[in-house]
Amino acid sequence: MSNTQPMRLETGGRIDREKPLSFSFDGKQYNGFAGDTLASALLANGVRVVGRSFKYHRPRGILAAGAEECNALVTVGRGALEEPNIRATMQPLYDGLEARSQNCWPGVKFDIGRSLDYLHFLWPAGFYNKTFIWPHWHWYEGFIRRMSGLGKLPPADDPDHYMHHNVHCDVLIVGGGPAGLSAALAASENTARVAVIEQDSRLGGSLLWSEGNINGERGDAWLEETVRVLRQRDNVTLLTNTTASAWFDHRMVIACEMVSDRRATGEGEGPRQRLWKVHAREIVLATGAIEQPLVFANNDRPGIMLASAVKQYCNRYAVAPGMRIAIATNNDSAYGVAGALMSAGVDVAAMIDARQSLAGEGARALRDQGMTVFHNAIPLDCRGDRGVRSVSVARRGGEERLATLECDCIAMAGGWQPAVHLFTQARGRLRYDPSLGAFLPDEIPPHVHVAGMVAGALTLDMALEQGREAGLAAAGDGLQVRPRTRSKSTGALHMERAGCEHRPDRQWIDFQYDVTLQDIDIAVAENYTSVEHLKRYTTTGMSVDQGKTSNVNALLALAERTGRTPGEVGTTTFRPFYMPVTLGALAGRDRGEFYAPVQRSPLFACHEQLNAQFEDYGTWRRPRVYPRNGESEQQAVAREAVAARTSVVVFDGSPLGKIEVYGPGAAEFLNRVYLNNVTSLETGRARYGLMLNENGIIIDDGIFARLPDDHYLVHTTSAGANRIHAWMEALLQGDWPDLDVLLTPVTSQWANIAVSGPRARELLERLEAGIDISNNGMPHMSIATGTVENMPLRVLRASFTGELCYELNVPADRGAALWGRLMQLGEDLQIMPIGVETLGVLRTEKGYLHVGSDTDGNTTPGDVGWGHVADRKQGEFLGKRSLSRTHNTSYGRLEFVGLTPVQDGSVLAAGAHVIGAEHTGAPAPTQGYVTSACYSPNLRRYVGLGLVQDGSRRQGETVNVYDNGQVHPAQLSTPAAWDPEGDRLHA
Amino acid sequence: MFRISCPFCGERDENEFVCGGQAHIARPEPAEQVSERDWAEYLFFRDNPKGLHFERWQHRYGCRQWFNIVRHTVSHEILAVYRLDEAPPDVDREEAV
Repeated sequence: MSNTQPMRLETGGRIDREKPLSFSFDGKQYNGFAGDTLASALLANGVRVVGRSFKYHRPRGILAAGAEECNALVTVGRGALEEPNIRATMQPLYDGLEARSQNCWPGVKFDIGRSLDYLHFLWPAGFYNKTFIWPHWHWYEGFIRRMSGLGKLPPADDPDHYMHHNVHCDVLIVGGGPAGLSAALAASENTARVAVIEQDSRLGGSLLWSEGNINGERGDAWLEETVRVLRQRDNVTLLTNTTASAWFDHRMVIACEMVSDRRATGEGEGPRQRLWKVHAREIVLATGAIEQPLVFANNDRPGIMLASAVKQYCNRYAVAPGMRIAIATNNDSAYGVAGALMSAGVDVAAMIDARQSLAGEGARALRDQGMTVFHNAIPLDCRGDRGVRSVSVARRGGEERLATLECDCIAMAGGWQPAVHLFTQARGRLRYDPSLGAFLPDEIPPHVHVAGMVAGALTLDMALEQGREAGLAAAGDGLQVRPRTRSKSTGALHMERAGCEHRPDRQWIDFQYDVTLQDIDIAVAENYTSVEHLKRYTTTGMSVDQGKTSNVNALLALAERTGRTPGEVGTTTFRPFYMPVTLGALAGRDRGEFYAPVQRSPLFACHEQLNAQFEDYGTWRRPRVYPRNGESEQQAVAREAVAARTSVVVFDGSPLGKIEVYGPGAAEFLNRVYLNNVTSLETGRARYGLMLNENGIIIDDGIFARLPDDHYLVHTTSAGANRIHAWMEALLQGDWPDLDVLLTPVTSQWANIAVSGPRARELLERLEAGIDISNNGMPHMSIATGTVENMPLRVLRASFTGELCYELNVPADRGAALWGRLMQLGEDLQIMPIGVETLGVLRTEKGYLHVGSDTDGNTTPGDVGWGHVADRKQGEFLGKRSLSRTHNTSYGRLEFVGLTPVQDGSVLAAGAHVIGAEHTGAPAPTQGYVTSACYSPNLRRYVGLGLVQDGSRRQGETVNVYDNGQVHPAQLSTPAAWDPEGDRLHA
Repeated sequence: MFRISCPFCGERDENEFVCGGQAHIARPEPAEQVSERDWAEYLFFRDNPKGLHFERWQHRYGCRQWFNIVRHTVSHEILAVYRLDEAPPDVDREEAV
């Protein structure tokens, strides 16, 4: 088997050689083993170029072995299941996995886009901002948009599903390495509920690939025993394949779990990913550290890797990342890598150590084994386009060349930066530690604990010790351990940075976005010396990398060039998310029909039977119109609108907001929230009212009616039902607790059917509801109760159509029965239903105000012709004082008017602007706008309503209405175009 | 995501609540006699402190009751929750940071 995987070592690794898996990359078949990642399997097969860089399309290989990978971004899967920008290092291998390279054409080995690289001197940092401004950005936008972006969207909707999961725990531990596990062990000794989140598929962190010695036993054995103990404890939850990516207020951490390999087999149950929302009392961050690259010429070539990744591939996956590996370092940690490679039988070309003197044991041991160790030396440049072939070694400073070494892999050990992303999201502060060459947690916020490499612990013992301390402090058992408020650096790497000198060849800082040291130089030369400006000007650390491998080198270069210390330069702000989270996981089940809840009237089935065309109005799905026999929508609206004014129609008004108001204080309460007088309303009568907020602005309107005793029924607009109820509750609970009033929202408890038209009374008489509905017995604006077929019935005579109209209310579950009965009784009257669009036509003809359409956030009662009511009202009401503010009483206000086209065939459209008659086109100062307009089938012309400056004083004046380049003259009038005297309402 | 202890229902997630802005805004009375400037202050001006903020919240998707909280606007720590008919608590400002 292994001869098909040329770079696979004969022995070792945590892979299962009994379980071979096959997979493909760019259409070619390969083999790997269970336990591999896609990256380790590609390396085992000797695949070196796996992607292309974003800007220059340079060939790129695998850089890392974990979340910090920024080169090996591939598309995995096929068809609707395909997903772009998967890090090959984070993708567990499964049988049949299909992966493809991205950002290249025609292929990853030969990519036309590479021409951008050969012309790189044309597009340094900032070229974009400097170049594409003349003559206009939009000239370039199209092709730049096509070139930008990584990967492609899948061609179809995602067939998988995603879940959200809320969990509460006492102690959340982020990171399942030695420090995290030690913390978990300590925290869960008693009763504290503990959760551990690990992004890898296995717990153990560095113990999975680094030899260690814990209390005299092998690290492996400790790991196995610890995981066994933790699994046995009921108060511990262990999550693997789960990345904690974001920290929110009150210690909620969002973590995304890769749940199933559904994509592997195309079958199986369960979600693809699960988004965990973890609410924790205390949080231990044991997030480890990320090794940093070294900066030298052409350091982005395939085959150049982080030294720790080289060791991981060798020890954990039994893969040799190269046949002959050169190691470049500026600290002690690379010597362990050299040791691991040599024990695995991999040829190490040399150790290139930047430090001035080499007193360490590591160097001596290597030399004893006959290896070349350069000191005070740096890699200067390397050769090999699609895979490194040699590295040239020079004395620090670069003048004195020492050697050129043949090698196919360079392991770089540039020091370790703690993974402080979550820590800073939690508002923790950092400090620069020169002995580590990294930013360490400094001021630790309350309820947060840090342990292990993230806290600067460089040895296993120290990590375990810190983990245990953090675990005990977090669990708070007896509080023997005081939580630390500062981390302390422990031990040293004996690090010595070589500095980033300017050289003619490009030296990469950010591999993914192709930001080089030269770009930093340009930014500094142009005075972008703040680290936040530098990041935005050069794009370093943006996008996929999020500063994981690029941040420290960028800001060290910046510090060097501006004569500041790294601490003075500081880091950019780390924001959520640490790792990308799919939109699917964030949306969870809230997609498709669950995206937003839909409210349906109790008469919904009746409308479906009548072939209604539905539309969503706010949260309600309502009939728009009921087309018959192939009618167009316009024809159907015309038929319904004419019927409403000539015979009888029914309209489903169930969504209309309904609030019952009871209690001794009800009349006083309503008198304060309505502009109109409530106290004078007699039992059995109804009144139209406007509601104002404290600013004097109209927020809702509707009919309120008085039932026997201290009991009122308040109608709000359909869209305002919840908002107005909440507002009334706020007033009663907060402002007027002395008023004894009870509110009950009853919108969904009643079905409401409006029976409207000149023959409405005739139809209602046939219903025999036991109510005197003669014009004298039940005048316009009155309410009565009765029963029909044993249903309690409330009848309100009020109109939104301008015709004789009765609103019949029955309990919601009886609505369909009443609807059916009315349709049956009215058959010979040619009764028909009308939809919301038709109602809109009728009320526009009649000039009835629609709050929200004909009013805006500035409209007062005076603007819509209700100023006299405000002036006459006795007593206090909301908004009263504000109506006399200068702003609300001055000239030039937008006032509610009707608009009548002057020319035959003229069109009026909502949104069109009113301009003075002296202007015949744009530009012209606006005098207001059309708020509602439609063709009136009853008047056979367009009717319009609008808000026009000083409109009430200008009636009769002709203005121009500007609409999409056309100008239509129109006359300002009173709002009501139909039956302005209102005789039909009182018929 | 805040966790808010409704005085009537207990601790719940923030998305069950709505914030109603600054609490304890006294309406100047009698309104008719309030100057234009003072009325504008009352309508439009609110505190925006870096520190303790007393504010009204409603448990809209729960018991629908309004209540007050004291929140630190930097740490978002909620230092007190109290009913509308209770006096604002004396919160130690130093400790809050």
